[in-house]
Amino acid sequence: MTGRLSTLSAAFVVARRDFTAILMSRSFFLFLLGPLFPILVGAMAGGVGQRVQQTTERPELGIAMEAKDVLAMKGAHAALAGRMAGAAPDLVVLRELEPDEEFDAYEALAGRQRNIAAVLTGSPSEPQLTGSADQIERWRGPVSMLAAQAMGREPESYPDVALAATATSNAQERRGQLLTAQASQTLLFLLTMLLAGMVLSNLVEEKANKIIEVLAAAIPMDAVFFGKLFAMLGISIVGVGVWAVAGGAMGLVAGQALPDLPDPAVGWPLFLAMGVVYFAMAYLLLGSVFLAVGSMATTVREVQTLSMPVTMMQLVVFFLASYAMTQPGSAVELTAAIVPFSSPFAMLARGAQDPALWPHGLAFAWQALCVIVFVRFGARLFRKRVMKSGPTGAKRPRRGLIARLRPARAH
Amino acid sequence: MAGNAGLGDRKSLAIEARGLVKRFDGFTAVDGIDISVPEGAIYGILGPNGAGKTTTLRMLLGIIDPDEGYRKVLGAERPHEMASAIGYLPEERGLYPAMKSYEAIAFVGALRGLPLAEGRRRGRELLEEHGLGYAADRQIRQLSKGMAQQVQILGTIVHEPRLVVFDEPFSGLDALNQGRLERMMRGLADRGATVIFSTHVIAHAERLCDEVAIIAGGKVPFAGPVDVARDRIRPQVRLETRAMEGAWRAALPADARVESKPGAGTFFYFSLPETGVEPLLRALIEGEAGILSLSIERAGLHDAFVAIAGEAAAKALEEATNVEQRA
Repeated sequence: MTGRLSTLSAAFVVARRDFTAILMSRSFFLFLLGPLFPILVGAMAGGVGQRVQQTTERPELGIAMEAKDVLAMKGAHAALAGRMAGAAPDLVVLRELEPDEEFDAYEALAGRQRNIAAVLTGSPSEPQLTGSADQIERWRGPVSMLAAQAMGREPESYPDVALAATATSNAQERRGQLLTAQASQTLLFLLTMLLAGMVLSNLVEEKANKIIEVLAAAIPMDAVFFGKLFAMLGISIVGVGVWAVAGGAMGLVAGQALPDLPDPAVGWPLFLAMGVVYFAMAYLLLGSVFLAVGSMATTVREVQTLSMPVTMMQLVVFFLASYAMTQPGSAVELTAAIVPFSSPFAMLARGAQDPALWPHGLAFAWQALCVIVFVRFGARLFRKRVMKSGPTGAKRPRRGLIARLRPARAH
Repeated sequence: MAGNAGLGDRKSLAIEARGLVKRFDGFTAVDGIDISVPEGAIYGILGPNGAGKTTTLRMLLGIIDPDEGYRKVLGAERPHEMASAIGYLPEERGLYPAMKSYEAIAFVGALRGLPLAEGRRRGRELLEEHGLGYAADRQIRQLSKGMAQQVQILGTIVHEPRLVVFDEPFSGLDALNQGRLERMMRGLADRGATVIFSTHVIAHAERLCDEVAIIAGGKVPFAGPVDVARDRIRPQVRLETRAMEGAWRAALPADARVESKPGAGTFFYFSLPETGVEPLLRALIEGEAGILSLSIERAGLHDAFVAIAGEAAAKALEEATNVEQRA
């Protein structure tokens, strides 16, 4: 045999080994279980919260009808509520109307009196529900039953309930998309930090195993770094896949497959695809820096010390991207999109808020270029700084990186 | 710098390096080394700890780049281009602890371009051949240090490289396994592979090497065939006579050392004169010295090392060997 493996093939050999080793390890099992802990804590807190909410913030149905109709509806509620297993909304009388008096249900809702989620107007024979689309749809049936009871009819002849959904304003839509952007950014950040930390531990372990020189002699260091990064990316995609399937299954069982977030500007399918790509980019960018840090350090303590500024930097970058999200089209947003480390976060938020696709093409190319540059730089640094001599301490006293960075103290 | 004599002139070179220099933080670890390794040779790099052996090997293999100088490995100026034809055992041994032995061998082969399935098959075969078949499915962490080292050595040769580089391969092995490794190295050379190894144990180099580079303080004061190194020192003569004095004493070199032992004859130790042994013998016989015994011993590599690298380097070499033997 002559020649050598291409960088891609060599990276594949490293990635295959790392991927298999991590997949079969106990740490991966713990990694999979990771989200379970916040979910459990969240569920427990949510259970308590829900109980509190049920007693204090139960949505109410405001009623504005003629006095006799109000009386009939309240009587119907008193008769049926006990048998409707909590489906009957609590009634709050907003006003007893004079005959032919008009009532502005929209104004009553906008006024946010008490905890009014919808307003019932008209009469028991011609009831009209005004409120948000999902809320009025939810109460349509119970209101029809109450109206039928109020009219003294048989249960099989329910009156039709006219629905008037409150239109979502632009401002509300934007608020919703901002919420989607914020949630996706936070998820991206947490995942990225978790995985970059794992790739750093992996490299430190490699140095502890002393196999790094076998790798460095056989294949280019770029390939070692790329292999490690992509193995961990593969692991993370497996992990995210498992979480998504488990989350989806739980959602289906609970009757809700997707979290109740407003639609992103580019639509959910494209937004999810962008999420995967930007997650990969964010992780590769941060992972390449962590690898460079890990390769420079000679001890675990040095790794911890050196990775601290990188972690802090990533926090700053996250805050920059979060702030930029609230300033679409501003110089801050442009800066966040250009700075490599904040770019994936800023661009994902943009995907939630702006339907234009071409900036994402540019961003992918820019981020990929930065990944290549960072990995090459890290590999060069590794070869320059790490492979210095034979066994540590055998030849001459060696000072750690921190000691080398510290100025010599005068005696 | 001594010239490279011998095999290098006749055969094509597996490695050719000229003026290699490497500095770390202002410290010159390797200072202008020239090495020529003929193809098919067993070549030793001999020197005490800290002499620059590992740095030299790392430069030759492209793990680090020299600050100055030029190297060519199997005809390529960038050693990584020939990675599939090279096997390397670093001084700091290391394998993935959770890997099974045969998998570890296959993985090292895969890094050099050997398909994984083929590597696994050969890994099992090699372990069987070297008496470690029973450990094929054991994880590296379950093996003794010596066994793990043997597994790594097998990983170094699993892809049948043309050039095999071992950095201090005998460290950590017991005498039995050192013997096995020596046989393996000879076998590799018989098969046509070039074998380079660094060592601070002269005996290994003396037994195995066609050529050596003696390295001390980052420089190579000698590189060439072992015989040429030995020939740097005149053969040593030990002469035992009945008589102490006589005209024949004038035939002995001026630096001859004399030792008289009670109940035995008188011993003279000196280097064989340039004129050879015949004129000396004639003078001894004619002068009636009464020769009881006369032996001529060729200088060993150790003596050559002392003469070439100096007493300090030889002492460092001996200390390193003693430390290892005690360990």
